[in-house]
Amino acid sequence: MAALQGRRRLGEYVLRATIEPTGLTRRIIPCLDVAAGRVVKGVQFKNLTDHGDPTEAAARYAAEGADEIVFLDITAAPERRDTDLDWVRRTAEQVFIPLSVGGGVRSVNDGRKLLLAGADKLGINTAAVAEPELLTRLAERFGSQCVVLSVDAKRREVSGAQGPSWEVVTHGGRTPTGLDALEWIEAGIERGAGEILLTSIDSDGMQSGYDLELLRRASALSPVPVIASGGAGALEHLAEALDTGAAAVLAASIFHQSTYSIGAVKEYLGRRYPIRVG
Amino acid sequence: MTGTEATVIDAGVGNIGNLVRALRRLGAAVEVTCDPATIRASRCLVLPGVGAFRPPREVLRGAPEEAIRAALDDGATLLGICIGYQLLFESSEEFGTTDGLALLPGGVTELPGGVPLPHIGWNRVFAVRDHPLLAGSTDDDHYYFVHSFAPRDVPEEWVLGRCRHGRSFPAITGRGRIAGTQFHPEKSGAAGLRLLRNYLAWADDLAAGANGGASGVDGGNSATAAGN
Repeated sequence: MAALQGRRRLGEYVLRATIEPTGLTRRIIPCLDVAAGRVVKGVQFKNLTDHGDPTEAAARYAAEGADEIVFLDITAAPERRDTDLDWVRRTAEQVFIPLSVGGGVRSVNDGRKLLLAGADKLGINTAAVAEPELLTRLAERFGSQCVVLSVDAKRREVSGAQGPSWEVVTHGGRTPTGLDALEWIEAGIERGAGEILLTSIDSDGMQSGYDLELLRRASALSPVPVIASGGAGALEHLAEALDTGAAAVLAASIFHQSTYSIGAVKEYLGRRYPIRVG
Repeated sequence: MTGTEATVIDAGVGNIGNLVRALRRLGAAVEVTCDPATIRASRCLVLPGVGAFRPPREVLRGAPEEAIRAALDDGATLLGICIGYQLLFESSEEFGTTDGLALLPGGVTELPGGVPLPHIGWNRVFAVRDHPLLAGSTDDDHYYFVHSFAPRDVPEEWVLGRCRHGRSFPAITGRGRIAGTQFHPEKSGAAGLRLLRNYLAWADDLAAGANGGASGVDGGNSATAAGN
């Protein structure tokens, strides 16, 4: 009986394997902005409101089926504080899916402390702009799979001959850098970034959809996964983002405000894309 | 909850904190060590690993490897995870050919191109055989992978679960008291924790059997059914 069932399963497996080269799924990632150890959310990084304890929120999302949790310590860079490790530790003791933590990683030692506390990936933003070599050092020490280049991109008001362009901004959107976002993404990958978390500052918190043109351009040039971020307000927005080629969609407001559960998002996207269920 | 005493073999490379946290969460008493005497005395071994094949291979060469074999001969169970899984096979082609522990038949080769490498993310694993590790599993189970190399030429009778990324590869293999997963169960949510819980329970059952207690071992997969 067991052997028969095994053969049937293998038959289905072989059939699928001839159709699809991989069963890798697109990821649904809730993002928790953390300030002073609390989950917060604002509009375009301003007017922050409290959304509870990071560990509790992460555990809830993981139970609902989140594929990964991204934490961004949005106070770390402007205020020059070390990322508070206690909530990372507490979360890692209770939540057994990949945890990405960004904010305040300025050295290999900062990264090491976060990984030992339980982070699986390090999000690097401001520090990489100031010192691109940091990406290389982190990748050499911990592997590219640990290094997520977080890029906050702001649409330039004047379009060039090639259409729109985006500038990298840092310090939670407050500091323009003069860097072209797409060029910076390419440079970051060259230096060792294993994943790109791409946030449209114009769309962040607006819930009016991702910047699809930005995502399309970035996904086309990036050999590593691009995580779409900034602007999710409706289920169609998430599907549109995946249509650009993004490997994952990140959202905050729609999950924090319980507009949609992770399960509802997955059911919707699962009709068009391979999505992890169960 | 289980009070299994699990020994996590620390080959000195990579961050194994999350695996230890997961095993503790499941109620296991966990010791992290590379001390041959401790490994030798253990009845429940876990061999994790992240990064490259060769550094942990060299750490294990000699006394730790002999201790693993002796513990297995004495009735211990062994679960390899990710690089620890790859180490169980006969060889790996990562950065030239390196010999493995040869506890499982097959070799480790790079996944083919045409799909993104490394293979990072959640992928579906089809259970193709029944085994205590897979108790409660379904055909919809997904697990979290981070790797570019995977076993091949593993005799089908020992393959427990298959995954596809560029090619079909054995994501879970088990023979006798030895098993391994290419994915990270400690990062694979409920499905991963269930597999780890199954492993601890299996180790407990086999230890009870070895001590002359009630045998809770599934006949077809009994550790005594196959040696090294």
